[in-house]
Amino acid sequence: MKIAVLSGKGGTGKTFVSVNLAVTAKKSMYIDCDVEEPNGHVFLRPQNISEEMISVKKPVFDYEKCIGCRKCVDFCRYGALVFVKNKPKLFPDICHSCGGCELICPVKAVSEKDERIGMIQRGEYKKVSVKTGILDPGVPSGVPLIHACVREEDQDQIMVIDCPPGSACTVIESIEDADFCVIATEPTIFGLHNFKMVQELVMILGKPYGVVINKLESFKNPMDQYCIEKHLPLLAHIPFKEELFQSNAEGLIACEIDDEIAGIFEKMFARIKNEVTT
Amino acid sequence: MRQILVLSGKGGTGKTTLASALIGIHQAKAFADCDVDAPNLHLTVGKMPEPIEHDFMGDQKAVIDQDKCSACGYCKTDCRFDAVDFDNGVYTINTIACEGCAVCTIRCPQEAITMVDDVAGVLTLYKNTHTFSTAKLKMGRGNSGKLVTAVKQQLVMNTDLNIELAFIDGSPGIGCPVIASVTGVDDVLMVVEPSLSGFSDFKRLMETIYQFRIHPMVCVNKYNIAQAQADMIEQYCADHAIDFLGKIPYDTMVSKAINEGKNLSEVDGPAHQAILTIDQKMMACIKEQNQTRK
Repeated sequence: MKIAVLSGKGGTGKTFVSVNLAVTAKKSMYIDCDVEEPNGHVFLRPQNISEEMISVKKPVFDYEKCIGCRKCVDFCRYGALVFVKNKPKLFPDICHSCGGCELICPVKAVSEKDERIGMIQRGEYKKVSVKTGILDPGVPSGVPLIHACVREEDQDQIMVIDCPPGSACTVIESIEDADFCVIATEPTIFGLHNFKMVQELVMILGKPYGVVINKLESFKNPMDQYCIEKHLPLLAHIPFKEELFQSNAEGLIACEIDDEIAGIFEKMFARIKNEVTT
Repeated sequence: MRQILVLSGKGGTGKTTLASALIGIHQAKAFADCDVDAPNLHLTVGKMPEPIEHDFMGDQKAVIDQDKCSACGYCKTDCRFDAVDFDNGVYTINTIACEGCAVCTIRCPQEAITMVDDVAGVLTLYKNTHTFSTAKLKMGRGNSGKLVTAVKQQLVMNTDLNIELAFIDGSPGIGCPVIASVTGVDDVLMVVEPSLSGFSDFKRLMETIYQFRIHPMVCVNKYNIAQAQADMIEQYCADHAIDFLGKIPYDTMVSKAINEGKNLSEVDGPAHQAILTIDQKMMACIKEQNQTRK
């Protein structure tokens, strides 16, 4: 069972919800797909760490073989190749690793080499296996790294996927195989505006979903109003408490220290399990 | 025109709240929202004129002509983006996964695949005595960096040369839209959440920003709720010679003001006062940098 936690707006509590869900599920896997700014490890402090380098393919040109026909340069849709002194030259940051230049070269002068974009770190916290995608600073796209993060052999285990913010290609890559989506939001007009974007996204992808309203100060807010009007599946309200912000700041796991929060997550997890299995 | 970009690394630390307050304080004539994935600045600027909107074209997408397709499957084998679906003997392109590389067009022996234009987002311009440039990326599109660049170009092209300051609201993270946002701006103001997550994200963002040789300025938001972490960030800045401008307290007025569509320059309170001080220090830092540049 794959549960994806996403949000549109940043800072609404994706990591908070994902970590607490994974811990509530007891035996589970937590996957951090927010590869630009992964934070789950701050809370789960995984032990027995192992690291795996993740790379993408980038073309290399054999200038001995190259006849300067320019076909690769003309083919590249991203403008990642320029033609200098009758030879192709690569701008690696713009290259999407599509393999087109290698395919189109008539004299087989193009091959590929691995280029590191980041790593996957694995570790354990109690019965939770923790898998974190970490993008190298300066690398523009985390999509290939996210792809590697969500690919798991054992499909039957409970997996909680902590997604990147927004609704761009990185989010789609993260939730592609999810069985259920949890949308975390906050009770402000910012929260509502960005919520509508991800809601549309999960609906287009045909995913069942539920809403978690975080940092609740009063039930009279634009987010709750919208959920009631549209009859949206509300999974939980999480109250705003200064102690919660504080323990979160220190990297503590709320459901382990706060009974009210533990109860909220028990109920949330039971409901998600029920929705996925029926 | 000096462009000041507000960034944070971690999401939800108060970029838009701070950017909108600065716009209000300076009565800024030029501003932009570069968080094209999840734009919110337009919710804070009050009444604006009817916008001028343009489609933003992204990468082209492949389309298979089913009449010509012989279902050989070469397109699927060579697609690096898993963008070719196969269902009931029929190959189709998954538009969301397709990155427009056109490899399938050269692999198809039937010449059944063509590339077609794709609208990847909307570029929006509000203009009267102010210029406000913003955009919204269509969901699932991967052209956020290019759209960010278009937002900034639109701002510059529609602003008088004698306008001194422009404020830009950035996006979370350290990837493509952030890199595109930082390119070409003069100053970066970072707003950091006092938490281990906020601190970790801040350090990763610093690594990215240093590649641009920009001297960033830092402030902490909601500092009083997690004093120890706020002190840690301030100390880090002192140790690394980063300009630390100040700390904004948690203030219940903030979410109230936002929900009323106001910015913090209009609502007095502890957060408002702190931002005024931060702004003064920021302007002093900028002045100092200008002098050293000369």
